Amino acid sequence: MARIRSDSRSELDLVAILCLVPSLLYVLAMFVYPFLYGIYISLQPKKRDAGMFSNYVAFFNDAYQYNTIKTTFMLALPTTIAVVLVALFLAYGMRRGIWFERTITTILVLPISLGVVFLSEGILGFYGHNGWLNQLLIAAGLIENPLELTHNSIGVTFSLFMQNFPFCFLMLLGYISGIDPSLESSARMLGAGPWTIFRRVMFPLIAPGLIIAFALVFVMSFAVFPSAVMVGQPAGSTRTISIAAYQQAFEQYDMSYASAIAVIMGLCQLAALVVIVLVRRRMTIATTMGVGKR
Amino acid sequence: MRGRMWKLAIYLFLLGFILNLLGIVTHVVVSSFAKRWFGKPLPPAFTTDWFTYAWREFELSHVLFITLFIALAVVFIALAIGFPAAYVLARRNFNAKPILLLLYFLPLLIPQMTYGIPLATTLYGFGVGGTVLGVILAVLVPMVPLAVFILLPFFEQISLNLEWSAQMLGASRLQIFRRILLPLMLPGILTAGLLVLVNTISNFELAFLLAGGGSQTLVVALYYNVFAGGVRPVYSIDAMAVIYMCTVLSVLLVALRFVRPTQMVFRLDGKRN
Repeated sequence: MARIRSDSRSELDLVAILCLVPSLLYVLAMFVYPFLYGIYISLQPKKRDAGMFSNYVAFFNDAYQYNTIKTTFMLALPTTIAVVLVALFLAYGMRRGIWFERTITTILVLPISLGVVFLSEGILGFYGHNGWLNQLLIAAGLIENPLELTHNSIGVTFSLFMQNFPFCFLMLLGYISGIDPSLESSARMLGAGPWTIFRRVMFPLIAPGLIIAFALVFVMSFAVFPSAVMVGQPAGSTRTISIAAYQQAFEQYDMSYASAIAVIMGLCQLAALVVIVLVRRRMTIATTMGVGKR
Repeated sequence: MRGRMWKLAIYLFLLGFILNLLGIVTHVVVSSFAKRWFGKPLPPAFTTDWFTYAWREFELSHVLFITLFIALAVVFIALAIGFPAAYVLARRNFNAKPILLLLYFLPLLIPQMTYGIPLATTLYGFGVGGTVLGVILAVLVPMVPLAVFILLPFFEQISLNLEWSAQMLGASRLQIFRRILLPLMLPGILTAGLLVLVNTISNFELAFLLAGGGSQTLVVALYYNVFAGGVRPVYSIDAMAVIYMCTVLSVLLVALRFVRPTQMVFRLDGKRN
């Protein structure tokens, strides 16, 4: 391949540059520029005489606003952990094939095609106050009063799980089934039990993929917007940071403040990603030590 | 014994997942056919009126046309500018390549709501916010990188020797492109096109932030009608949701015929390591 053959010499000629330019220009103009512009206008508050950082100061002085960060973390973190653990459990169990594998994979991917509005309507109907689940449980005599599963954080967590699980599962299944089966066989031959195989052999190999999946699911859950509005309680317990940003932008028409909230949201995600990367580094060290000991 | 318990747990989970999904889907479908439905396990009478109502009241023919137009435009542009970029990134080596890859990766990694708001501000500033063009421009931001990253491994599978031999036999760049790369890349183009199509139709955040009255895609129109509060009967919204599901499902099923999602994700992953 070209990459192996060449030393670090640059291989860009005119044609190559021409090939790259359109998409590069697009990303620069429509992604990088608005991003920087967003930071810029967040520093230009609506009130002219206020200081440069007055939007940020306002955000962190207003409990109604800064509490959205906590709300969002409390929604995103448990959801992410649940999605990743369940997907890992399932993908690990399915790594050597399973009955009706193709059908099952298709079913697990189906929620993608439902779309967030359909999913919300269905969750509201099925798990709602008068929904089938409550009717069934009451008819069976298991509960007396209907469970409140929607219009609160439980409903949103549930909706997020259904939306993010398919992606995470597909990623992990692809990742885990790509691991050489002979590693597992040799571990078994050397007398390792299923748990030891998972902990000492498979998990270190899965860990990098797991971290990527965790990061992606977390970032997607952190930005939750439509389901927090429809299944949740957008004025109260599920007022996430993206709702706060949206309200500033399209209800108050204060783009400067809205951009400041978007910047804060980006920084929170960045902070979470940094933590994830640090955890990953610790994990990698642990595994190399484990290998070194043998 | 333990292995069997493990398998049992997996099947139980799958059963639970399927039942739950079935419950959610059936509820919406039943509701879309219900005449009136409150507090009973099943509605007392059924009707198909809500579909005609939704089709007429929500101007669905227009919304579907706009959705399809936006989706096809996004697929075409994403492929047109993503294809050459993926080719160069797969074949050439240069110093800025890791930075470039990161730059393409960022719009996929950063949630759309975060950059959507400043992007919307910018586009409204240029006067294209609220128009079909605005929606296309915004939705393209994550779709161009998506197309690049899907096409990349497909290019890497095509041996460079083919291009060299063609060159040696006197083929021009255009001939190499038309006679060799294009036919061999057909599966890749199909995969990328279908996945971009599915993702565009189901894209909510960016289309929502940029959509105006006449430029709403199906998801966005659906979302707005949920909040048209009291005016819209819930059954008609469910009917529209069913129409939405059928649209996306048919595209997705076509996609799954050509693409094995697991295989593709793995290739993408293998690339990054």
